[in-house]
Amino acid sequence: MWKWLHPYANPEVTYHFTGKLIPWFKYLSLALLSVGLVWALAFAPADYQQGDSFRIFYIHVPAASLSMGIYFGMAIAAFSSLVWQLKLADASAAAMAPVGAVFTAIALFTGAAWGKPMWGTWWVWDARLTSELILLFLYLGVIALHNAFEDKNLAGKAAGILTLVGVINLPIIKYSVEWWNTLHQGSTVSKLGKPSMSLDMLWPFLFTFFGFAFLVAVIVCIRFRTEILARNSMRPWVKSLVLAESK
Amino acid sequence: MQFDSISAFFAMGGYGFYVWLSYGVSALLLVLLVINSKLRNKTIKKHIAQKQKREQKLRQAAKQQAQDTTKNIDQSSEKTHQDSDAKEVLS
Amino acid sequence: MNPRRKKRLTIVAAILIGLGVVAGLVLYALSQNIDLFYKPSEVHYGKEDTGIKPIDGQRLRIGGLVVPGSVIRDEHSLKVSFRLTDMNMPIEFKDSDPMVTVKYDGILPDLFREAQGIVANGVLSDNNIIEASEVLAKHDENYVPKELADSAGEKHDKLSYSEEQLKQN
Repeated sequence: MWKWLHPYANPEVTYHFTGKLIPWFKYLSLALLSVGLVWALAFAPADYQQGDSFRIFYIHVPAASLSMGIYFGMAIAAFSSLVWQLKLADASAAAMAPVGAVFTAIALFTGAAWGKPMWGTWWVWDARLTSELILLFLYLGVIALHNAFEDKNLAGKAAGILTLVGVINLPIIKYSVEWWNTLHQGSTVSKLGKPSMSLDMLWPFLFTFFGFAFLVAVIVCIRFRTEILARNSMRPWVKSLVLAESK
Repeated sequence: MQFDSISAFFAMGGYGFYVWLSYGVSALLLVLLVINSKLRNKTIKKHIAQKQKREQKLRQAAKQQAQDTTKNIDQSSEKTHQDSDAKEVLS
Repeated sequence: MNPRRKKRLTIVAAILIGLGVVAGLVLYALSQNIDLFYKPSEVHYGKEDTGIKPIDGQRLRIGGLVVPGSVIRDEHSLKVSFRLTDMNMPIEFKDSDPMVTVKYDGILPDLFREAQGIVANGVLSDNNIIEASEVLAKHDENYVPKELADSAGEKHDKLSYSEEQLKQN
């Protein structure tokens, strides 16, 4: 496996490989999102209790699950960087953190704008909302640590340790609605067996979810390539590449 | 289509403010993130290119200096002066 | 690794481990307090695991289902009172269930209705009456298209308020 993976641990190969992936992800994301969002806003049926405010679901739920998914990916990268000293893993973790932070902020904001008309409050300190807020602070801490040191290896180590400590927060977010009494309801889509919604409500969700997921892939690829360039600025291949592009 | 008219679509059954606020702020944050990511990429490339140009200039200057020095190797009186010049350029 | 870098890494690691330990201890201390609300039965008999029972005059949150037929609205103002009972599966309402009466003066959230999950924040009096300053609606994880619910006879209408009621506020 290591032999097979070896070329991908080469920054130059990875830089060009991710460059080829970006257009694919971009067009997939654009197609899925434009179909999904129009479907969600205009064609999905309204909920019998929540009416049209239910349409916030199609942004809130993908953003919330991606905020946790990105953190999980960042934790895997941090782990492989700390254990196997993969420099590229550090670069990918640094690329993922701001994207995760934005999706966490979107989940929190849309949740508040949905909670106000439905629950009667923008915010409540229940276990689900509080743990998601802690996730935002973890992302901000990781970003701060990545930027705090001139030495990128040291910054990666510090941010990696914080990332791994923060993994404990993921199961707390996921199961908070089952372990404690919360105002936030249980999970709709990932419930084992049948999801708790009808198919004509579920389909647009699948479109927006995968649309946002590919959007995450595009942005992470762009930032990942930036990190690779910044960390290898003294290498001949970077120099000739930049020179060729600036002409 | 779930709505009879455009105005009904914007009203969202009375929840227009909350629905459009959510979609609008999310779109704004995502657009800002994409712009930031692309800008960073450009800035890094510019930095590297600038640094490279500076290095090239320095290398050329050093080369010139070295040639001058070999030419003037017998004129020992000027040699010290040239050396301090080269140091200035390199620093 | 040179000594200066090593020292810095040790400091960062120590800070992070310290933070982790503090967070763990805080979570542990809070673990009995993380529940957002009391259930009506817990107001009567105390918390399930700790036996803690709220006392009169205590500010607390109560969460439960609105008992059908218990909602009494004042015609001239926003004053409303209703009873809450525990949310048990399957949902059924018996007179013998422990109940708590909630009194509230204000606009109820759009999701408020009979048999709906509610969280109210207020002061306990007479062991089973809550003078609420805030009423929040709890939603379940089920979403149903409007047409489907209408044909199944599960129509939901928002509460409506007359101008006179709203003027009182």
